[in-house]
Amino acid sequence: MAKNVLSRLPEIQLPDGQLPEWEQPVVTEKSEPEPVVRPGSPDLSRRTFVAVSTALGAAMLLPAAPAQVTTDAPPELVSVALKVNGKTHALKLDPRTSLLDTLREHLGLTGTKKTCNQGACGACTVYVDGVRINACLALTVMHDGQSVTTIEGLAQGDALHPMQASFIVHDGFQCGYCTSGQIMSGVSVIKEGHAGSDAEIREWMSGNLCRCGCYVGILAAVKEVRDAGV
Amino acid sequence: MRAFNYSKTRAAGDAVMTVSGQPEAKFIAGGTTLVDLMRINVETPAQVVDINALPLKTIQALPGGGVRIGALARMSEVAEHPLIVQGFPAVSQALLLSASPQLRNKASIGGNLMQRTRCPYFRDTALPCNKREPGSGCSAIGGENRMLAILGTSENCIATNAGDMAVSMSALDAVVRIRGPKGDRTVNLVDFYVVPGSTPNIETVLQHGELILAIDLPAAPHAARSHYLKVRDRASYEFAVTSAAVGLDVQGSTIRSARVALGGVGTKPWRSKEAEAALVGRPATEATFVAAAQIALSGAKPRSQNAFKIPLAQRTLVKALRTLAGGGS
Repeated sequence: MAKNVLSRLPEIQLPDGQLPEWEQPVVTEKSEPEPVVRPGSPDLSRRTFVAVSTALGAAMLLPAAPAQVTTDAPPELVSVALKVNGKTHALKLDPRTSLLDTLREHLGLTGTKKTCNQGACGACTVYVDGVRINACLALTVMHDGQSVTTIEGLAQGDALHPMQASFIVHDGFQCGYCTSGQIMSGVSVIKEGHAGSDAEIREWMSGNLCRCGCYVGILAAVKEVRDAGV
Repeated sequence: MRAFNYSKTRAAGDAVMTVSGQPEAKFIAGGTTLVDLMRINVETPAQVVDINALPLKTIQALPGGGVRIGALARMSEVAEHPLIVQGFPAVSQALLLSASPQLRNKASIGGNLMQRTRCPYFRDTALPCNKREPGSGCSAIGGENRMLAILGTSENCIATNAGDMAVSMSALDAVVRIRGPKGDRTVNLVDFYVVPGSTPNIETVLQHGELILAIDLPAAPHAARSHYLKVRDRASYEFAVTSAAVGLDVQGSTIRSARVALGGVGTKPWRSKEAEAALVGRPATEATFVAAAQIALSGAKPRSQNAFKIPLAQRTLVKALRTLAGGGS
């Protein structure tokens, strides 16, 4: 279908070898990047670099600090021990680092998604000491010594968690961006004892928004796992 | 986010001394409000003092039937605690209708009292806001004000207090226990919040460095028979357009005592002692409830987009009272 639609679009004529504007590489002025030391990070990925550059750029736009503030120099890094999916990590972090960014940018666990980054969507739902929270509003330094479970920790190797399998069976997603948070909450809703009726499941899943509107499939998946009693 | 120094404290006295000694220091408990506002540069503390290790998590019965809720108890724990569910159902209901399960697992009770307004202009540092930047002006009065307050407003600020729990606790005579650099004190929750007047940046009587230790809820028949009704734009996970916390003690068909507070309409949780006076001694009937609701909203000052909140708040209050009156005895 999509191919047919595209085939009706007029051909764009470009001189030989010239790429259309939207495919041309972005050329920016070369400048020395800030030296970024991130112990605990396996490598400085492009994603990490973009995140850091954006943060620095935003900091420069801040209004002048009040007189009594002498400096906004980067704060001292703090040591944090975090057990994630059973494995303990010793991290050195800027205190501003959210648990969500720690998981995604420092530990490479990108299954937990960053969407609203303000506690409004639930895509970043993880468990801290077994309790579901929004990782975007958690400062990692405040969870020193605690245990975190992410979507990557739910499956047993290649064997999917029953909730993951049910989401596939019931089409509990479309674009997939909210899905890991939905699955984390789905497991919690049953464990918390809030999966009695459809209305109760909907209410206790309401902290996880799905922009694609896959709520019917999500509800069916939670009910199936509840009824299977696993 | 502005850089800050982080420290963790294990004694309330130490926490108070640290914060009171640094004008730009803030306590952090759950962080669900503070981290959000720090990320958008509305809150810019230079030092953040983590109080989660303080022994302020317990929910305990008080002599006489009341309950003391430690400031670090989580919203989710309080919402489903038997002492709250049985003795103060409006508080339990208000909590369960707040935020989302994930946020309730993280947010503390003390922090919930301190949550900031959701006025969109307060959250946007590119626009004037007297609450965020005193003297800069109010963008809301002539702007998008559908969700904003109609009671307790001033020409400087019409920001709505965003709370649910605080509305229910204001109705049920909660007392806030506070520790400060000069010692401990208690403040009735209805007096804890202040209207904006000419200083919208000041929202409570809490002085810098003072720490909420606990909230006490006194037992009463109208507390045990209380109810919270929240009206909002979607079925869940949304702030109130209007809400009502009510408590009734009805004997025979006569109302012996009543408690009324409104949410979503006030610059602070809006206790209406005038409406309570219009209920007490009268029959628990629709006519009584409608008369009380009219009195509760009599001082309302709507803006261009929120006049609808007057009848909506009245109907919310009447329905909440009707629900209680229809519930037996």
